[in-house]
Amino acid sequence: MAQTHKQKRLSAWSTPILLIAILIVFTFLVTLFGDKSLARMAAQTLIRVTFVVGLWIFVGNSGVVSFGHAAYMAIGAYCSAWLTLRPQMKGLFLPDLWPFLANAEWHVFPAAVVSGLLAAIVALISGAAILRLTGIAASIATFAFLAIVYTIYSSWEGVTGATSSVVGLTRYADQWVTLAWASATVLAAACYANSSSGLALRATREDEVAADASGINMYRHRLIALVVSAFFTGVAGALFGHSLGVLNPNSFYLGVTFITLAMLVVGGIGSLTGAVTGVLVLSIIIEALVRAERGVAFGETTFALPTGAQEIIIGIIMILVLILRPAGLTGGRELRLRLGKR
Amino acid sequence: MNAIPQLFFDAMSLGGIYAMAALGIALIFGVMNLVNFAHGEYIAFCVFALIVPSTDAVAVMFIGKAPAILLIPMLLSIGALVAVASEFFVFRHMRNSTPVAMMISSFALGFVIQNTLLLVYSSRPKAVSLWPELNKPVSIVGASIPLLQIIVIVTTLIVVVALALLLKRTRIGLEMRAAAENFTMARLLGVRANVVITGAFALSGALAAAVALIMVTQTGVADVRMGGQIMLVAFIATVIGGLGSLPGAVAAGFLIGAASVILQGFLPLEARPFRDAFLYTLVIAVLLLKPDGLFAPRSSKPRV
Repeated sequence: MAQTHKQKRLSAWSTPILLIAILIVFTFLVTLFGDKSLARMAAQTLIRVTFVVGLWIFVGNSGVVSFGHAAYMAIGAYCSAWLTLRPQMKGLFLPDLWPFLANAEWHVFPAAVVSGLLAAIVALISGAAILRLTGIAASIATFAFLAIVYTIYSSWEGVTGATSSVVGLTRYADQWVTLAWASATVLAAACYANSSSGLALRATREDEVAADASGINMYRHRLIALVVSAFFTGVAGALFGHSLGVLNPNSFYLGVTFITLAMLVVGGIGSLTGAVTGVLVLSIIIEALVRAERGVAFGETTFALPTGAQEIIIGIIMILVLILRPAGLTGGRELRLRLGKR
Repeated sequence: MNAIPQLFFDAMSLGGIYAMAALGIALIFGVMNLVNFAHGEYIAFCVFALIVPSTDAVAVMFIGKAPAILLIPMLLSIGALVAVASEFFVFRHMRNSTPVAMMISSFALGFVIQNTLLLVYSSRPKAVSLWPELNKPVSIVGASIPLLQIIVIVTTLIVVVALALLLKRTRIGLEMRAAAENFTMARLLGVRANVVITGAFALSGALAAAVALIMVTQTGVADVRMGGQIMLVAFIATVIGGLGSLPGAVAAGFLIGAASVILQGFLPLEARPFRDAFLYTLVIAVLLLKPDGLFAPRSSKPRV
């Protein structure tokens, strides 16, 4: 009995290792065989992996759908911009920044970590209120939180540049940097899921009342998960800014919220493997369709999808997956090595 | 000078639009626990059904040319048709799915509708003039109010009363209320599930069409994105009103309309761009005080 338990714990650790291996193979393949635009697409995909796995830490373990994580992403992205942009640029475009931020010219790595920390602190404060709610009321409150952050970032002219974009961020987030962060996030997600807090939180997901009766403080574990999860979504935001070089509040609103949730649900909300699978599968399909829109040559004739068809096809694929496999592609199972005898 | 009646009419007409949109969402949530994110897209679809498909900036009226007496029933049935079709093609196959999966697929459906509209009509907002004479101000109790505002308020009241009569006095209404109360039990007692669900979708789609007509007349613009914002507010109104409670959805729609008009009127000038931030903070505060909504039906609490 004790033996099997030990084996199970060990085999649970094979999940993140296998997933990271998949990410590394994906990145190598793209870099070896792809062109420059494909490498950029790989970086975007890995940023989405960081974000969706970060989102999974909270949503997957607690079962509460959060619409608010794009807000943590925005907070991280703008924080990194404040810390790393050249002071002359900030003086010109963001004149109302506090002196400390206006003169800051940090290295990009500590800036990314601090951006994640800021998102985590905001999550601690907002979560302390929002997570007192349960079920659909909690989801709505995260929605309201997203709308609050969006309104502030798109109206605070002198600090965030409002709806005119912030430009000139160093574009350091290539596929290798994002691979490192995505791997770190997968590892952290597995650590959290296998920790006592993660197990307790999953117990509340399965049966709130039974977990409560077993002495689990649901509020506390949800808050811990939210803070951890916000850190990584904040980092994903910082990477996003440094991959495109441009920031606009509209990139962190309903569009990204829904596409990332869709990736999570299509892959399978119940497992870490599902989160990674969803991002990779949907990103690859999107890239293929974008290329098909530009035109694919079959011998003499060029075949091209009409512009805009890509979104429609993606939507239809999402609906089909949800109808045919309601628990997502992975059905809530983890990819893991089987150690020893069953 | 006459600020108070002016504010009152603004609040009532904005609240009326929110209330109608919220009713559309609450109806469907009541019978099948589906938070229908495609509702905003039904509204946009109905707006674009008025004009000839083209990518030009100036819209040429299509159905919109018909006289009001024909136009209104036609658009309402188009709305109902879209909603019923979406139930038939998507949600009928998801009866046993989790609410989260249904919610995401409704979003995906909205995404498909929105991008189809983009493909056909392009993303440029179009000028549409539908019944421009309704925006002429008339003066009532010293305030000058566009005629349309009064029509909106009256329409909302008629819709709410008609819906209440339908739900209380007819067989399908009785079945809908039974289904909203406890769907499994209602089916066991002989409620026709498909009829009830189709009926709820048809009503919800017709409500979306009504909202579309009002919005087009008021703003004079057809924009692919116009459904998103109102859907968000309506969605929040249904939750604040107590999910599954129709009177709650109406009341909360009016409340949110009133709150946003009052904030717009009384916030200091430099804080006004942040109005929505204050509004949503109020929403979170209300939810913290009343997590089940202001008018939660007793059946909304899960039994243990």
